[in-house]
Amino acid sequence: MSAVSELSTIHRVKAKTPEEKRLAAREAGRDNKAGYLFLLPWLIGLVVIVAGPMFASLYLSFTNYSLIQAPEFIGLDNYVRMFNDPRLLKSLSVTFIYVIVGVPAQLIVALAIAMLLNEGMKGLAIYRSIFYLPSMLGASVAIALLWRQMFEADGVVNQILRLFGFQATTSWIADPQFALWTIILLHVWTFGSPMVIFLAGLRQIPGMYYEAASVDGASKWAQFRKITLPLLSPIIFFNLVLQIINAFQSFTQAYVVSNGTGGPADSTLFYTLYLYQRGFVQFQMGYASAMAWLLVVIIAAFTAINFYFSKRWVFYGD
Amino acid sequence: MTDIQIQGDLAPVDARLTGPAPQEAIHHGPTAADRARSVIKHILLIAASVIMIYPLLWLIASSLRPTEVIFRTPGLWLNDLYVENYTQGWYALSYPFGQYIINSAIVVVGSIAGNLLACTLAAYAFARLKFRLRGLWFAIMLLTLMLPFHVLVVPQYILFNALGWVNTFVPLILPKFLAVDAFFVFLMVQFIRGIPRELDEAARIDGCGHWKIFSKVMLPLMGPAIATTAIFTFIWVWSDFFTPLIYLTDPIAYTVPVALRSFLDATAGSNWGAMFAMSVVTLIPLFLVFLFGQRFLVKGIATTGGK
Repeated sequence: MSAVSELSTIHRVKAKTPEEKRLAAREAGRDNKAGYLFLLPWLIGLVVIVAGPMFASLYLSFTNYSLIQAPEFIGLDNYVRMFNDPRLLKSLSVTFIYVIVGVPAQLIVALAIAMLLNEGMKGLAIYRSIFYLPSMLGASVAIALLWRQMFEADGVVNQILRLFGFQATTSWIADPQFALWTIILLHVWTFGSPMVIFLAGLRQIPGMYYEAASVDGASKWAQFRKITLPLLSPIIFFNLVLQIINAFQSFTQAYVVSNGTGGPADSTLFYTLYLYQRGFVQFQMGYASAMAWLLVVIIAAFTAINFYFSKRWVFYGD
Repeated sequence: MTDIQIQGDLAPVDARLTGPAPQEAIHHGPTAADRARSVIKHILLIAASVIMIYPLLWLIASSLRPTEVIFRTPGLWLNDLYVENYTQGWYALSYPFGQYIINSAIVVVGSIAGNLLACTLAAYAFARLKFRLRGLWFAIMLLTLMLPFHVLVVPQYILFNALGWVNTFVPLILPKFLAVDAFFVFLMVQFIRGIPRELDEAARIDGCGHWKIFSKVMLPLMGPAIATTAIFTFIWVWSDFFTPLIYLTDPIAYTVPVALRSFLDATAGSNWGAMFAMSVVTLIPLFLVFLFGQRFLVKGIATTGGK
């Protein structure tokens, strides 16, 4: 190891003669070629699988296209139609509720549990595994099916409520008032991955800050507000941005819980589920593309708003 | 602007994980109040653990009960094991469930191979090679990280459909060989940046070309990043529902999640016992990967934010 670093120091320290400059230039040229060779699979993917389809879908969003006949250019019609489509507006409100309630709820639980787990307590590894496991399984169809049963009229949730003497007969997933909330609950249940990120962040806050604060008589709550929150704010922000982007694209749980319909009464009609219905059940490829672009705009807007307000509460140290 | 922010945010999280352990608060020996607080904390955590884990335990218990009993018993105790659910579930769909497991295995193995090959290559280029427009390509790569998948899916479908690849595994595997999962490229770039440059410079002085440096120096050092990529790919591809739902419409090609969902149609959602049995079967590989790969998962997720 030492020989290695020595060699490289010699290599760096030596002054450059014109001959060496020429060699360096040749090496840079070799780098250039090698760089593009190594990057080739990614570049092909970028063109064929990402950029190409992206521009194609932008074009398709201005057309009427059903896979059978050639796309017919219809200008902004799809976009105009979208804003008069009650199901689309409904799917937007369902998705907004899911994102605006589900993401903060999940992050608050993740932070609360991470705070409890901090301080190198006994059994930390076991607790962490138990809390983390659901986030690994939560995206699967198996869990969504389980959720479907749990919240049925005779599902396990009502059975437990009856044990406690409640008259629980509602089918939570068949009631438009509650169906979405069962999926939000499923989202909160998978708080393990943000929790792991919070744990990593909490471990880096020096214990002496808290020591000093308690010597000065600061309450636990004051310590949380004045020390933990500001020092953790970059990580909270990071979690918030990523989770919002992901939550807007949720699909599987709503699809399985409603068996593809988005019901009852469109109460679980997530935006991506409606996009799927339009694009891959009714094969209205133009309309589905326009919907996809509206989603891009919405996600970009949410991310921009997040970054804008981050200046007021995210603390990046000195 | 976003790309810069991502880098700025990710780097410190990574440093936090790998950095030195924080100083512990000085202990003065536990007082009675401390002990009481500790007990309360454990009670809270155990209660939360029970709530978190209960649905999974109940799922396993229910997979070993006749369907009539499932709807009567919130308890976890089993008097006898009703394993018929597993045999019924295995043969409940158009093909034995093993068919779907094989399909999923093919897609998972292909995806892991593709991601490992294409992402390590791209990451090496981004992290170590100086080539024209590198900064621009890197920024584009980070932007694709944020791009909703749905904006690509319609034209991709049209393309793969025109090529006659619907009901094959090509649309599921091919994109991985083209490093479309920018998440992993980024994860590996971060990892390579932590490898001392002296190592590849020494190899270069010894006359190694880029391919040799990549394959003989970098790859052997990238073990943790490769493991993390393989594990995450496994979990995501095994659970992926949207892509196979679109491309695989012929039951013989179904992957596990699509097959499992079709229980709702095949049995009119009535044979919960069989469905739960197969649910458990599909969760076992995920659980095993979680059990043995947790170390990499925790690290990977804290580096890049996970999904």
